[in-house]
Amino acid sequence: MPATASIRKERPTEGLGFHKKPSKAKSTEKAFFWLFRLGTYFILLCSSVIFLTIFYKGSQTVFQTEFPFVNVEFLTEAPQTLHVFEYEGEQYELSDNNFRAFEEERGVEIDTTTYAYSGGGIWPCIVGTVLLVVGAMTIALTLGVLSAIFLSEYSKPGKILNAIRLSILNLAGVPSVVFGIFGLGFFVLAGPIFSFSPFEGYDFQFWPLPIYFGFAGWNVSLIAGCFTLAFMVLPIVISASEESLRAIPQGLREASLALGASKWTAIRTNVLPYAMPGILTSSIIGVARVAGETAPIMFTAAYAMRDQLPWEGLEKWTDFFFQGVMALPYHIYVVSAKIPQNEYTERMQYGTAFVFLFIVAGIALASILLRIRMRKKYRW
Amino acid sequence: MALVKDNPKVITSSKTSSSMATEKPEPKRPLIRVADFDFYYGEKQALFDINMDMKENEVTAFIGPSGCGKSTLLRCINRMNDLVEVARIGRGKIEVNGADIYDPRVDTIELRKRVGMVFQKSNPFPKSIYENVIYGLRIQGINKKSVLDEAVERCLKGAALWDEVRDRLDTSGLSLSGGQQQRLCIARALAVEPDILLMDEPCSALDPVATAKVEELIHSLKKEYTIVIVTHNMQQAARVSDKTAFFYLGKLIEMAKTDEIFMSPKNEQTEAYISGRFG
Repeated sequence: MPATASIRKERPTEGLGFHKKPSKAKSTEKAFFWLFRLGTYFILLCSSVIFLTIFYKGSQTVFQTEFPFVNVEFLTEAPQTLHVFEYEGEQYELSDNNFRAFEEERGVEIDTTTYAYSGGGIWPCIVGTVLLVVGAMTIALTLGVLSAIFLSEYSKPGKILNAIRLSILNLAGVPSVVFGIFGLGFFVLAGPIFSFSPFEGYDFQFWPLPIYFGFAGWNVSLIAGCFTLAFMVLPIVISASEESLRAIPQGLREASLALGASKWTAIRTNVLPYAMPGILTSSIIGVARVAGETAPIMFTAAYAMRDQLPWEGLEKWTDFFFQGVMALPYHIYVVSAKIPQNEYTERMQYGTAFVFLFIVAGIALASILLRIRMRKKYRW
Repeated sequence: MALVKDNPKVITSSKTSSSMATEKPEPKRPLIRVADFDFYYGEKQALFDINMDMKENEVTAFIGPSGCGKSTLLRCINRMNDLVEVARIGRGKIEVNGADIYDPRVDTIELRKRVGMVFQKSNPFPKSIYENVIYGLRIQGINKKSVLDEAVERCLKGAALWDEVRDRLDTSGLSLSGGQQQRLCIARALAVEPDILLMDEPCSALDPVATAKVEELIHSLKKEYTIVIVTHNMQQAARVSDKTAFFYLGKLIEMAKTDEIFMSPKNEQTEAYISGRFG
């Protein structure tokens, strides 16, 4: 065609014209390629240094050379004071329980150097973290999926909806310590309490029922921590769920409706099941945040030290939710910043960090496996 | 623009139609009646003063260039346009079996059970063939195995798909070919036992062989259902339909017996379109 011929450049007189010296464009291309590449390598290097340090130092605490190769005490005991002493020419490092047994066995009293939190293990912290993660993710997923369905399936698009979306997005940028303060104010100090018997600070009775209600607060407790953490990850869960719901083809909704399904039936049978794998995948990032944040639980749920495990010494079942727990991130904070530092505390820090990483990775792996199973069930 | 309504006298006296094999002596009553219908998407008017009747056990084809409102009108008949936020009716009404379907008391769920729909893009659910067919029954709470089995066989036979899939009802509906998927969607619509089937360009994504099968199916379904089909393909309209309606820019330009529209269109725009001069 003549029109295209006229705008075409002239063909090089010889060869194909690309056996020339590297052009400027080409060397710029190369420079940027290396810039990107080195940037990536640098990040890889940094993260490997971090991970290797934690693995190297942490594995010294968690693993041992003799049978059973895993430091059982570290994984199954509560943190204790470490006693370092010399007895009959030998050097001993014993945690409090073992030290007392040692003394009793020999019927002596020994002078020791003690190091707080440097003996024993981190079992209550593991338990506490798992409980917080499970509780917070249950709350966050329930509330998040419900509101995502409302926002993306039911509400009318417009300015109000955009404003709501924007504020949810902004909520994701709020520093976690602010959520901690919020949790302290709303749940710890003023959480609503229902009770079958009058309690201090109740101001309302569902007369004639023997149910009393008041904003008496939940104290520093598992449930206050779960709600605070849930509110912190809600923005992530909501936006992830909305995105997953939007990814479901409109055709499936229309086909369901055309077959006489109500809107909710269509969503329940032909939208939500297919969106669920996506929602779970994106929630993994929420799990890591819930498990890792220290600030929100500092005021709401975490104890620096607690002798009893959550299921010990309960008077009634509701007490389970209204007790403070120990948690791994807070424990790392305590042993790293709240007590005098020495070689013994360092072992606890890295050991805890090591176990912590494993647990977060484990929870993430579990949700990935769940997603794979769901994907298999609803293949498309 | 002259708006040519179909004339009942012409239908009953006509004997030339080959597509109407069995001619019934009594005049058919209109099952779908569109009267003075205006429709808007937001500020934009999509349909202007549509008046038409579609009779029982007839195939009506909507033809016209893209954006002429034929799909919009089709989607109004089972109120699928309710899903579009800005959609609204300006004036007029659509009656199905004598009842105004835009009456506030109308239950869209019941309406859509009576007025089934097959979409342009075949959209089987990512479930087994079996579950696809009985979806409409399951959501009505019908779970009796014998009823469901019977429905699956009847509907797949009705959609001329039974022989091809009878041995693999448990495999995913998405494992079928495009044409089979579209017939599965038809079977799925039949399971709800509708009176009317709306088809929105059901063959636009299919190859000629699959298209021929779906067209054959439309022919056989005509005995029991009233079918409204939107199509871009004029040969298809000529092959499958008894009546053809030509739309242009949101207006119904001409509606008449298919033979008449294609042989001797009264409107010059219709003639220009079917002879391929525009659109």
